[in-house]
This record gives sequence, C-alpha cells and structure tokens, in this order.
Amino acid sequence: MSKIVKLRKGFDLKLVGKAPLEISNLAAAQTFAIKPTDFPGIQRPKVLVNEGDTVKAGTPILIDKAMDQVIYAAPVSGEIIEVKRGEKRKLLEIKILADSSISHENFGKIDLDQSAEDIAFKLAASGVWPNIIQRPYGVVANPADTPKAIYVSGFDTNPLAPDYGFALQGEEKYFQAGIDALAKLTTGKVHLNLDGSKTAPAVFSGVKNAQINQFSGPHPAGNVGVQIHHLDPINKGDLVWTVNPYGVIQIGKAVLEGVYDASKTIALTGSELTQTGYVKTYVGANVSTFVKGNLNSGHVRVISGNVLTGEKINLDGYLGFYHNQITVIPEGDYEEFLGWLKPSTSKLSFHKAIGMLSFLHKGAFKVDTNTHGEERPFVVSGVFEKVLPMDILPTYLFKAIHAEDFDEMEELGLYEIIEEDVALCEFVDPSKNELQELVRHGIELLMYS
Amino acid sequence: MKALQNLFDSIKPHFEKGGKWEKFYTLYEGHRTIVFAPDLTTKAKGAQIKDATDLKRVMITVVIAMVPALLFGILNIGHQHFLATGEEVGFMEKALFGAMSVLPILIVSYAVGLLTEFTFCVIRNHPISEGYLVSGMLIALVMPPYIPLWQVALATIFAVVIGKEVFGGTGMNILNVAMTARAFLYFAYPAQISGDQVWTYLGEKTAVDGFSGATALAVAYNAGVEGTPAVEALNSHNSAFGADFSFMNMFMGWIPGSIGETSTLMALVGAVILIGTGVASWKIIVGGFSGAFAMGLLMNALAVNEYMAMPAHYHLVMGGLAFGVVFMATDPVSAAQTETGKWIYGILIGVLTVIIRVTNPAYPEGIMLAVLFMNVMAPLIDYYVVKANKTRRLQRATV
Repeated sequence: MSKIVKLRKGFDLKLVGKAPLEISNLAAAQTFAIKPTDFPGIQRPKVLVNEGDTVKAGTPILIDKAMDQVIYAAPVSGEIIEVKRGEKRKLLEIKILADSSISHENFGKIDLDQSAEDIAFKLAASGVWPNIIQRPYGVVANPADTPKAIYVSGFDTNPLAPDYGFALQGEEKYFQAGIDALAKLTTGKVHLNLDGSKTAPAVFSGVKNAQINQFSGPHPAGNVGVQIHHLDPINKGDLVWTVNPYGVIQIGKAVLEGVYDASKTIALTGSELTQTGYVKTYVGANVSTFVKGNLNSGHVRVISGNVLTGEKINLDGYLGFYHNQITVIPEGDYEEFLGWLKPSTSKLSFHKAIGMLSFLHKGAFKVDTNTHGEERPFVVSGVFEKVLPMDILPTYLFKAIHAEDFDEMEELGLYEIIEEDVALCEFVDPSKNELQELVRHGIELLMYS
Repeated sequence: MKALQNLFDSIKPHFEKGGKWEKFYTLYEGHRTIVFAPDLTTKAKGAQIKDATDLKRVMITVVIAMVPALLFGILNIGHQHFLATGEEVGFMEKALFGAMSVLPILIVSYAVGLLTEFTFCVIRNHPISEGYLVSGMLIALVMPPYIPLWQVALATIFAVVIGKEVFGGTGMNILNVAMTARAFLYFAYPAQISGDQVWTYLGEKTAVDGFSGATALAVAYNAGVEGTPAVEALNSHNSAFGADFSFMNMFMGWIPGSIGETSTLMALVGAVILIGTGVASWKIIVGGFSGAFAMGLLMNALAVNEYMAMPAHYHLVMGGLAFGVVFMATDPVSAAQTETGKWIYGILIGVLTVIIRVTNPAYPEGIMLAVLFMNVMAPLIDYYVVKANKTRRLQRATV
C-alpha cells in the first residue's frame, strides 16, 4: 500500500544561487579523496594503500577494522598521492591523482538469484556498500544484518539541493537494478518516497519492486528520517536501511556491470559562484577546479553539501562522500552595529520578532555564515516543534542528551533521528545551540555503551 | 562606527587572559555585543547558516510590547493623583507627574538588577544574558506607585539572586523573576503593597473628602461581604469624582493599581505584538483569559454572595489579570514548555486567579499567586505530556 503524506511543519529556505538545469563546462577535477571522517560510524580505520601505489576505481583503499567485510574503494583510477593525517595520526584524507581515463576493477556482475547474504557480501566488497546507511544511528550498514525495510528518498528539499530528475537522468536502468538488489536484502519492502507536489521524474516513474509513497510539504519533507517516521517509525530494536538515489544507481551499476562506478552529477550552488550549474564528476572530487576563478568575491566559505547539513572545506578541499552539491556563500565574520535590533527585510529568519521582516521579502535570500548572535541556554519554547514534522519533543530530547540520560534519550525517540533531521532546529534556534553535534553525541552514547 | 569598534579593540587586551581586568571579560563582551552584533561564524560542521533572530531580539520584542502599558501607566498615575487631590490639570501635567513617580522605580529596577546580574556573571564567568531586559521592565510595572525605592532595590536583588541566579541564570529559573520580586514585597512589606492606601500616589498632599483609594477588587470583595450587587458597588465607587469602576473605565485602565497593570486595553495591545511576532504563546494567553472567564461563569452558577454573582467578564478587566496573563504567564522559561501543557497551564492560571480573588479573604488579587503556583506546577504538567509522548512510542513498539 503506497502512502500519501502531507506535512505542514517545516521551513523552506529559499536562497540565491540555485543551479540552472545545465551541465557547466568547468574543468574536470584532477584529484579525489576518501575522507574517513565522512563516515561517523567508522571506529578503527585502516589504510590499505601507500603513497605512490596505483589503484583502479574499485580498488579497496580503506577498511574499518571493526567491520572489515565492507571496503571503502578508490572512486577513480590513478596514483595515491597523499595519505593525510592530523593530530594523533588521525586519518583525514587519502588523495588520488586521477588517470585521464578511468579504468575499473572488474569483480563480475552480481546475479540477483543468489541468497541475500551472498549479494550483500559481494556488494560490500565492491565499494558501493558505504552508500547503505543503517538507522538507528545513521552509520554504514552491516552486511550481516537484515533490515526490516529499506527507504530511498527520491527528492531533496534542502536549500539549493540538486534536482534528482536532472542529475540522475538516463540512469533508469541502473536505478531499477539497484532497487532490485536492495529488495533482495530486506525481509520487508523497499520504499521509494517521491515529491507529491510534482510529477515523478523519468528516473523514478517506472520503478517496480518498490512501494512508492508521496510526500509533500516544506523541508524537511525530503529527509528520509522524517519519511520513515510517517511510514513505519523506528522503535527500539528495529533496524532499517536508507540509501540515497545516487547510491542506488551505484549499486545498480555494480549489479549490472560488475564495477564500482563512482561517477555522479553534482550541483554547484550558492550566491558567490559566478557560474552555477551541474558538473559530472566522481565521489570525493577536489572542488578547486569548480570554484577557483568562478567566485564573485574573495571572502567565501565553500561548503561540501548544503548550508544546513554540509561541512566547511577549503578552496582546494574535497567533496564529502555523501554530498551531491557544493554551496559557496560569503563568510560572515563581521560585526554589525546594533545588528540584533536593526529592522531588515533581507535577512533570512523563521521568526517574526521585532524588525525581522523577512516575510515581506520577495524572492530568494542571500545568506552568510554569521551566527547572528551568541550561544545561550534554551529560552524560547515551541520553535523546534514547528520545524520538525515528527511526533518527537525536540527540546526534551536535547536536554536528555545534555544530561546524558540514556533512558530518556531512548524513550524520547533518539533512534528515529540523525543530524540532518534536527538541522532546521539548529538553524532556527535563537539560542544558537549546536544541535546536530549534540544529536551525534547522543547517538554515540547509545551506540558505544 | 569604526571609531567605536577601534575603542573596543583598544581596551580589549585588558580584558583578555593575562590582562589586568581579565575577570571582567564577560562585561566587555556583553557590552560589545550589545553595540555590535558579534563577528562569530558557524562551525565547520553542522548548520553553516543561522537564523537572523537571536535572543536579544526576542527579548527586546517583549520589552517593546510592554511599552504601551508603561506609557499608559505613567499617564494613569498622574491622572489618579489629580483625581484624588481634586485638582483639574492637563494631559502634560499628568504625564509629567506620572513620569516623576514611575521613572525612578524603573531606573532602580534596571540599575540594581543589572548590577546584580553583572556581579554574578563575573563571579561565575557566564556570558551576560538578555533575560533581565524583560525582567527589569516587568518588575517596575508590577510595583505600586507609592513604593519606597529601597524596597524596589531589595526585591530586585532577591528576585535576581534567589529567583534566577541560584538556579543557573537565564533559562534555568523555575519562577518568573518579576513575580518573585512582587511576591517578596507582598510578604515582606505588605503595608507598602496592599490595602487601600498605596495605589494612588499622593505625595505630600491629602485626598479630598470621600475619596477612596481602594482597588476594584477590594470594592467587589466588600460588595460580596456587605451584600450589595457587585456591579452597582463598582459603578457607584468614587462616582462623585468621575473615577468609578465602570466596565469601560476598568477596561481602559483609568483605575488605581500597580503601574502597568491597570489597563486591559494596553495589555491586549501587548498581546497583539507578542502573538503577532510569535514571541509569546497564544495558547497561554487565550487559555488564561478563557480559564478566568469560565471560572467566573461557574462562580455565577454557584453564587452564594454578590461577588460570586458578579458578571464573569468583569474578572477579565479587574486587577492585573490581563497584564499577568499576557506578560507574566507567557515567560517561556517558567511556563509549561510542551504545546498541550501550555493550554493546561494557561487555563489553570485563569481559573486559579478567579478562585483566589473570590474565595480568599486574605488576598484580593489572585494573578500573582496563580502565576507563581503554576510556575511551580508547569514541570509537572510537562512531565505528563512528555510521558504521553513516551507511552505512544512504547505502544507503537509492542503492536
């Protein structure tokens, strides 16, 4: 039974710098990197290659010793140019200089008539597996587990998010194969959740072997965690998996072609890019060729991902494993005279406190990284509830995490959310708390205790 | 602006670690961030942009919502004074007279409160929070015009220290800070904050013959005791001086009382600002008024004396109900914090206020005690609302 869900709570951030639906002619990225820090569940990362080694796309370069059947593979073929470590030898990046034409490790097509276990272990050894995320906790799934269901969100409501219909066009065959493979891995169903306010893009329209659900409403309607909550909420002891459509296509390619094809079309967005649009590249691309010489101003922040859940990277930084867009906005390190009091229609705000007239603003907002205030204890109540369309009491959950009260965290629904689900809460919070970091802290307490 | 920034920059080294005033860094930071919104940027991970609204803006919204009540209060203090002394004067004179008696109270409240707050911030090395912007104004508005300034100072210190700072400062308090100040005076110095003599500021003069300084609540209560119909008693009170307690006079606020509380109209103006800006919970405000009205109706139905038989809508305009429901009950820190809880909390404040007014001979006004009592009960209400949420989650798991 497919479901139609209309959500009312939430907030759409309309920002300047939306990518037009066209492929930019910017120079291709030269180097690529796998960053172990992109995978929050990795416990004991081990590098399998040395500087100077040559690899193919799909060659294992990293494993987690705590779950070594899953390999993290090179997205492109080329030479390992650096294994970058930080303080206490913490592994930060494994950089690869790409060949001009990519060659792939071929591990053979995956026959879907095998047992689920065999399919899972073949996928785990292919490099595509880290696309499969386990809930609760939001970490890379364990191929030995059998999830209750698998969820794919077919649209992204985050600010300036890529249009899947455009970015994934022509991948219908692989998407279907990916869904077929996932369907073998669960005892339940594969759910594909689509934007109920639009007609489904070609890549999703003819999909079989999955339950199609429709969601409409403001952000975070596209968040898979919110969707799960309205389809079949996660209870203590439940285990479900989620995969992004980009990941489903990679899985499909592994099934049909027997290779790890990490190519993806990402969106270049944000007010500070002269030329926005889409580029074809690979997982972990170096962004410098996309942003250098393509900036409107000098003092910018380059974000891998979107402005709500993304991560600050350098001008020559690397795209995060799970990120499908780059956003470039101005840095906000300026003082503003009476900035807390001045009326403004051009500042983006969810609130309507005195002088916040953004509801009068027509069109998109230009935003920067200023926090617009300092961190404070929770004072205002009832705001988080307005942007979290789930039957969860966010303030109480956050307080339970602060207090490290394990029973409360469980009972108040920490199993149902990960960072991205509270990203809007973090944005609207007048007390400027770091709520995504807090939620990850709570999850780690539950996971490792 | 640049010059001001340079000035701050030039004194900054003294406040930083190793500087001669390093202990006072929080004061430096607090003042700089009032003049200039800080140059802080978001962290590398997590939300890269933040909403343009901060706590300072939320707090100033509440202060602005109270300004109509303050201005009307100033005018009304003058108005009441000249009514009582039988003098005919113009608008400006009334306003000036009112300002002379109200501004010192306001200044003392802010000065003493901020000083106490700063002291705590320095000792405990906390950032200075914006909460007192609102509390300082509220404390002044709930004082009678005749209050000695040292009592205002004492009450303020008590409220900030015992009401707020011992719990950890802004956001951590259990009781509404301003109500704590008023309750402290009510029980410590009842002579200056209750009875018939304190609500009209006479100064050196004496009231004209026959003028009564009683409040509407006292008049209605006495009507209940004496057996005269309450509305009649209210209408005939001071009617020789044009200062009767007609519904309209009470709604507008031309009656004696604490500085900011008399005008229901101005409280409603504040309510419109607070609800329109989304700063206060409309559920608490609507709940508070409807609770009082419903309890008034119930009192009518069960009436055994004239006060109980008084029309329920009179309760909404008498005393400080409107002011308390709009500005005190909605304090988000001491109120219920769940959405269902806010309804229960608001309604019970209204209900309790009327019960205290009508049935308790010791306290003519019920809103102060009702708000404080419900402040204490709010966590209990929330506890059950949160428990219901947990239970839903548990039941879901077992089916």
